[in-house]
Amino acid sequence: MPDGGPLVLDVQNLNTVFATRGGEVHAVNNVSFSLKKGELLGVVGESGSGKSVTMMSLIGLLPSPPAEVRNGKVMFDGRDLLQTDANTLRDIRGARIGFVFQDPMTSLNPVFTVGYQLREPLIRHMGMNKKAANARAVELLDLVGIPDAAQRLKDFPHQFSGGMRQRVMIAIALACDPEVLIADEPTTALDVTIQAQILELVKELRQKLGMAIIWITHDLGVIAGIADRVMVMYGGQVVEQAPVREIFKNPQHPYTKALLQTIPHVSGERSERLQVIEGQPPMLGAAPTACPFRDRCDVSHDRCERENPERVNTGAGHDVACFLAEKESMNA
Amino acid sequence: MLNYTLRRLMFTVPVLLFISFIIFIILDMAPNDPTGNLPMTIPPDVREKIRESLGLGQPLPVRYFKWCVQFFINEPLNIIDKMFDVCTWGCEDRLRVRSWATRSPVVDLIVERMPQTLWVVGMSYVVGIILAVPIGVISAYKQYSWFDQAGTFVSMVGFSVPSFFSGVLVIVIFSVQLGWFPSIYDTTLKVVDWDTFMMQIRQMVMPVMVLALQTTAQISRFMRASMLDNLNMDYVRTARAKGMKETTVLLVHVLRNSLIPVVTVIALGIPAIFGGAIITEAVFKVNGIGQLLIIGIQGADIPLVQTLTFIFAVLIVMFNLIADILYGILDPRIRYD
Repeated sequence: MPDGGPLVLDVQNLNTVFATRGGEVHAVNNVSFSLKKGELLGVVGESGSGKSVTMMSLIGLLPSPPAEVRNGKVMFDGRDLLQTDANTLRDIRGARIGFVFQDPMTSLNPVFTVGYQLREPLIRHMGMNKKAANARAVELLDLVGIPDAAQRLKDFPHQFSGGMRQRVMIAIALACDPEVLIADEPTTALDVTIQAQILELVKELRQKLGMAIIWITHDLGVIAGIADRVMVMYGGQVVEQAPVREIFKNPQHPYTKALLQTIPHVSGERSERLQVIEGQPPMLGAAPTACPFRDRCDVSHDRCERENPERVNTGAGHDVACFLAEKESMNA
Repeated sequence: MLNYTLRRLMFTVPVLLFISFIIFIILDMAPNDPTGNLPMTIPPDVREKIRESLGLGQPLPVRYFKWCVQFFINEPLNIIDKMFDVCTWGCEDRLRVRSWATRSPVVDLIVERMPQTLWVVGMSYVVGIILAVPIGVISAYKQYSWFDQAGTFVSMVGFSVPSFFSGVLVIVIFSVQLGWFPSIYDTTLKVVDWDTFMMQIRQMVMPVMVLALQTTAQISRFMRASMLDNLNMDYVRTARAKGMKETTVLLVHVLRNSLIPVVTVIALGIPAIFGGAIITEAVFKVNGIGQLLIIGIQGADIPLVQTLTFIFAVLIVMFNLIADILYGILDPRIRYD
């Protein structure tokens, strides 16, 4: 893990609100995190915890309206992306920050060839002509392990399998050598063997190209295999953040603990039923004034009803938003 | 694709023969009399002779067979003769499909009427499409904006106001009040120079306006719905994530996908152009195909009605095939073989 490298992305107090018919939904609340050069940050949390929305807010990919980024700061390359005009943002998107989305079946345009869709960012951002872009596209498909690349450029997305399409998506995201790659559950829609292949590919590409990666998932198993650092999100907030070994060895937030207990063990006798976290994630109708996890928490007390805990540092690079952890760290 | 097209084309032959037979039977069952428009003073036995001279004394299968020979063999041969100025077999006494009312060949009547219809109705279709596509695109992109609301209102008007009302309305406004355009379409006008060309344009404006309103209303709604379907697709987000310009996202990625169903709808609407616009043609006195059909029906001119209806059927079957083929060309996911 690259320690103490320069920050490529620094997010502070990000808030995103959706205006819906039923009122406002506060999907992202005071999220702060940073990403070092070459680091792989895993973001975990259940559906609706605000993982994807956070990442899409960074780079202006949410449709507005209904989405509105209320305040916060996203520092990238010396500028605040939230204050950047749409044109400059477009120059950054796809060129310096790449995206891979969840569903490779629908993420590619069905009526254009894969070659066309790969060339697009190259022509747009790198100013290449069609010939140069084509050569680079072949290189990229080779890089992500698609055999017979030159021929396959002429194929349409429906002629590729799901795993191959996700490889194409990765190739598109990597086309302009981005500093940051944001992968939004890139393996969720794929079956397990293909998932493993994609994970291997990303590990390999990371070593070759050295970009920082934000990997959004709800699968802790995936995180354990590739991440340097893990950020756990719940109810639109970051509840715990720590290096990957630390999270698995010493989880401190009750939600993280519960999440780890839900992982079924392969070895040993199956005497117990699978663990679940009782209850539903909270509705985010207003900015939180209490701990979002209190209703599902085993150890909640009356303070959790009154205040929303702030994240406190409890050790090397480990911080937790829980009053219990706060006490422990004060005692220590 | 070629295989598929040929297979479909072969299949159209029995379909069209069957359609022509059905039309023939239905027209035969219709309770009208080709001598009905003749003066009452003609005695019944003379009427009977007239009917017999029109071939009505023969049984239905014989009459149908004769029409088939005339339409499928004699008429094409006649076209060949005219085009190459030759005389193929039996050119002197070849029987053509003749109108009972005018005694002139039906095909000649259609050829005479076609230009007016194509100019007015065809032009209105083209104008309608040119207006509808951008309106649909902008309405969808700026959904619920004032532009979209205005577009919705105009479409509603276009859908619900019949052309006998809007036609008369524009005549009152633009011919009677303002005096900009002539209210009657002059078919005898020949375009020879700039002035006559401008005359032609001026007399076309109002009927084209009335018909284009209807076309625009339908196609713009269709375009809008198709754009809205596609705007929420994942690939649009991908295009934005690649840093594509908004115009590229909209006019390349979204529009290309949205046009697929719209193009097929446009193709399916083309046969209706040849059918003319009966009411609008009547309002503006355009003597096009629609008017010809109405006269034929009123006078029980069965050969004329039979032939016209059958030609419409051919066009509809053909453009259905064309729409299917276009679908295959525009959407790479569709393969017919």
